[in-house]
Amino acid sequence: MTDMSVEKPGASVSRATRESKIALPILIVLVVFLAAAPWWAGRADMRLMVEIFYYLVLAQMWNLLAGYAGLVSIGQQAYVGIGGYMLFIGTVFLGVHPLAAVIVAGVAAAILALPSGALLFRLRGPYFAIGAWVLAETFRLIFAQVSALGGGSGMSLPTDIVRSIADGRSAREAVVYWTALGLAVGSVVAVYYLLRSRFGLALTAIRDNEEASGSLGVNAWMTKFSIYIIAAFVTGMTGALIFLQKLRISPDAAFSVNDWTAFVIFMVVIGGIGTIEGPIIGVIVFFVLREFAADWGSWYLILLGTVAIVVMLKAPKGVWGYVAERWGLSILPVARRLDLNSVLDPSRKSRH
Amino acid sequence: MEWINAIVQGVLLGGLYALFATGLSLMFGVMRFVNIAHGDFIIIAAFAAFTLTSLTGMHPLATLIVVAPVLALAGYANQRLILNRTLGKDILPPLLVTFGMSVVLQNLMLEAFTADSRRLQSGALETASFQVIDGLSIGVLPLLVFLVAVAVIWSLQRVFYGTGVGRLLRATSDDQTTVKLMGANNAHIFAIATAIASFVVAIAGVFLAMRTNFDPSIGPARLLFAFEAVIIGGLGNLWGTLAGGILLGVAQNIGAQIDPGFQVLFGHLVFLAIIAVRPEGLFPRIKA
Repeated sequence: MTDMSVEKPGASVSRATRESKIALPILIVLVVFLAAAPWWAGRADMRLMVEIFYYLVLAQMWNLLAGYAGLVSIGQQAYVGIGGYMLFIGTVFLGVHPLAAVIVAGVAAAILALPSGALLFRLRGPYFAIGAWVLAETFRLIFAQVSALGGGSGMSLPTDIVRSIADGRSAREAVVYWTALGLAVGSVVAVYYLLRSRFGLALTAIRDNEEASGSLGVNAWMTKFSIYIIAAFVTGMTGALIFLQKLRISPDAAFSVNDWTAFVIFMVVIGGIGTIEGPIIGVIVFFVLREFAADWGSWYLILLGTVAIVVMLKAPKGVWGYVAERWGLSILPVARRLDLNSVLDPSRKSRH
Repeated sequence: MEWINAIVQGVLLGGLYALFATGLSLMFGVMRFVNIAHGDFIIIAAFAAFTLTSLTGMHPLATLIVVAPVLALAGYANQRLILNRTLGKDILPPLLVTFGMSVVLQNLMLEAFTADSRRLQSGALETASFQVIDGLSIGVLPLLVFLVAVAVIWSLQRVFYGTGVGRLLRATSDDQTTVKLMGANNAHIFAIATAIASFVVAIAGVFLAMRTNFDPSIGPARLLFAFEAVIIGGLGNLWGTLAGGILLGVAQNIGAQIDPGFQVLFGHLVFLAIIAVRPEGLFPRIKA
């Protein structure tokens, strides 16, 4: 680290890659194009895109936990469910505007995650994963007991609250769509900057060697705990959004391990765990497969599970990991790369 | 009296939970491996016994002669061919591969057996009971399940502490690398452990099918019960796992006594309380 030789003219440390510089304007155009969807897309397409967006957020958050903080959880449906129920509690009982309730839901999920995380962090590795699942089930069973929220059969969002979202059906759908798009883009941008910050550096250090990072002053427990809270906050907002679109909630739908965790795990694993691009690819693969296999029923899940097992065994870095390694691509680079070639051989300029 | 009854029935239910948990406890003890599909394997055993009884008309208990060895062999093969490839420092591969297996198995069972709820009919054994005192009677089947759980754990302890295989399994649990240096084949030892665990899974599945209704979707809930029993009892201690199963069964029955909706919830709350005050469990023998 004290070796200054790399400071010779020509050597440089950078994060941007050629493809990331090309991709940025394309991504911005894409987001603007998507934001204009209410003017060019049909009703069914917009519903599908909302679904794609919220799965993208869930996948980013699960990947942040498992791929970066080493917290493999089978219990993130807890925060989808809490977020969903907070939308109903906030709007029906507290008179909060539905869009404000989405933020309230995120805050509530984050607050509940404080004691939950402190409890679950007493369990290590695989035990954390299943303990989180038990906790999610506990929340499901508790909400099933609350008769004001419809107990086990759940409740619908009252029409006057639905009307308060915006005037007219298409305006409401546009608002829900923009909220979903905002959350999706926001989550990708947030994860990107989080990982490029000191925080991301700490996470990488912990992943590579927890003891050594501790000796350098990284508080592993606190860093992981913070990630857990952030993931709960965003997942809670997403839960509120999901049920703002569905307009009906029940404990089984809100705390579904299949819908909110199994699918998300498959997306992240197939797309590529531990990268920002991976979950995006995984979500696309998931929905493309679903369009083809819509009528397959349980065979679709059998196929998805099998693909995830094969990917984990044969290509544990997933589709994006394979692509990135094969062609050295990085669209959303978070790592610093050292360019020495210009020093070693000034006549050559290439990249690794 | 109804409270004493609830507790006694809870203890007996705990026997079934201990049977669920023994395989999980054993696999973690030997190779620090947690099988998310554990509950689904229990349900596969239940459906295997169900298919055998409906095809041949044999008694549910007799199906164990076929189901237990077949599951043990399948467990050995699964460990050798797939699960061993996931072992290592990284916790992601074993968790995600067995999670994938869980979803695949549930849906395969759904295709093969539909979502209908089933039960293994065991004739007179199903309803037989004897009265201990006025207001407290014990069913023969629940008592049998409990005694089998005790017998299974006692036998496994005998295997661990009295045989060559057991010595290898314990040595592997203590230090995998050194056992390997001594010339043992880890892949084979792990597969033996999974085979033994799967044998117990078969017993658990058949008794589950005789005691309660089952369908392809209930595997994950059995995994959670098994997991709770293992954690409450303490890692690496099979008698502890029995104690954990009993505590879980009693907690659930006390909950059910208050309100039927509280049964599973009370079990979860006791589990969460235990990790709050004693995350290593009541009687731990190894460190996580």
